[in-house]
Amino acid sequence: MFTDMFQYEFMNNAFAAAGIVAVVSGVVGYFLVMRGQTFAGHALSHIGFAGATGAGLIGLAPIWGLTGFTLAAGIVMGLLSERISNRDVAIGIVLALALGFGLLFLHYYTAFASQATALLFGNVLAVDHATIATLAVLAVITLLGLAAIMRPLIFASLQPELAEAKGVRLRFVSTVFLGVVALAVSQCAQIVGVLLVFTLMVGPPAAAQRLTTGLWSGLSLAAALALAEAWLGLTVAFYSDWPVSFCIAMLSAAGYFAALALSARRARHSRAGVIENAA
Amino acid sequence: MNVIELDRATLRMGGRDVLKHASFAIQAGEFIGILGPNGAGKTTLMRAVLGLLPPSSGQLRVFGRAPKRGDATIGYLPQVRTVLPDLHIRGLEFIASSLDGERWGVPSLKRADRQMIDETLALIDARDLAERPLSEMSGGERQRLLLAQALIGKPQLLLLDEPLISLDARHQETAIAVVRKVCRERGITVLFSAHELNQLLGTLDRVLYLGNGQAVLGTVDEVIAAPVLSRLYGTDIHVVRTEGQIFVMSRGRDVEHAAHQHDHDHGHVH
Repeated sequence: MFTDMFQYEFMNNAFAAAGIVAVVSGVVGYFLVMRGQTFAGHALSHIGFAGATGAGLIGLAPIWGLTGFTLAAGIVMGLLSERISNRDVAIGIVLALALGFGLLFLHYYTAFASQATALLFGNVLAVDHATIATLAVLAVITLLGLAAIMRPLIFASLQPELAEAKGVRLRFVSTVFLGVVALAVSQCAQIVGVLLVFTLMVGPPAAAQRLTTGLWSGLSLAAALALAEAWLGLTVAFYSDWPVSFCIAMLSAAGYFAALALSARRARHSRAGVIENAA
Repeated sequence: MNVIELDRATLRMGGRDVLKHASFAIQAGEFIGILGPNGAGKTTLMRAVLGLLPPSSGQLRVFGRAPKRGDATIGYLPQVRTVLPDLHIRGLEFIASSLDGERWGVPSLKRADRQMIDETLALIDARDLAERPLSEMSGGERQRLLLAQALIGKPQLLLLDEPLISLDARHQETAIAVVRKVCRERGITVLFSAHELNQLLGTLDRVLYLGNGQAVLGTVDEVIAAPVLSRLYGTDIHVVRTEGQIFVMSRGRDVEHAAHQHDHDHGHVH
């Protein structure tokens, strides 16, 4: 018979932490996908890796180095906005540089090396009560920040020229947004690691946008999918003994490709419908 | 009353005087067709009227005061070029985003807003676009969505920057007819930039022709004349009138047609 996974405190903690982070990732990721800035989100997580290892070097908890570095990088990227944040090459180079620095910091603080894997690929099973509390506070700040700028953010994302004419300060909005993304990335990295933030921040929102074209329905579905994938991933990991982040990554990819197939099929049907109507 | 008034205004853009010491006045309720070669300053003029580009010298007044950004009485259809390629968001959300889009907080679509959007879409024969995702729309369909959006919210001044680009002939006619009807009924002043004069002949009150840093505002007969246009183009221009159509020719070539072709080659919305 299966053992009840909820008899273990580490599993309860993992479910709580993954639940908080999944909802934040799904919601914030929805806008990241809408704005076509997913690569920027990926780069922020790599910069966070350098921050986390750097924090270890000077004796700080990695989560604060991670949060501080991603937040600072997010704001800088936002301020440089048009010049940097949408340019793949510039982002790619900064991303590689950040990983290099991460490696350098690890090199000088060898005692920290055991934590490198946890940073890169996540270690949700080691989450304690204090971390859950931190994640909850960060989640509330992230969602409140997003709620505050949501209206101009959507306007600026969909129609930048008109939004500018109507008085939206594009750079300010995009800077605050990348700050929000940075906070979400640093939470997400606690669960699935800096290398796999895409699994919760991009996979579920991208799948949701394939399945529904409404704003609120898309946001809800993105959050729900992220939550389902995170919790299901934990469950599969518990019973299979595979790494949690692998299970979540697998479910995220499966969810996205299923949504892709479903929307392609739906498009074919509706086109067939139009032809029938015309005939 | 003058809705837009330029008094020896100079508009500078990218280190170049796009308009130099231009003076003209547009009255309330006028339908103004803006014409001129590429780069003559059609978009720059609209951005100045929106308050995005203050004149480097001279005066520009909109509704009798210096233009300020975010004026709710101005409807604007930008000559959009920023189109996210993979936007799986339906047309309704696209238009809704512009309603009070500059305010902070979480958006909500009121029943009255929804009704207003539906009515305006119906007006331009585009109701089906509300439920379709932008990723599946053609350039022309997106353009119609933008036109509907510009008409929402009871503007008193409408700035339409190349609204006919990427529309097929039938939708071009519908677009012109709708703008004419709505604006006449509500007394809206319209600035309508285009590459082709002939489609607008029956609609426009006056023509604003831009070129060579200059602007000439007047009736079709006053402006579309060889001496005026030769000055604006900086080359010999002949005006040929035949069967109610007007062709502006330079060395045997139709300059409007050439400009339009150019746009089709490089300016695609997709």
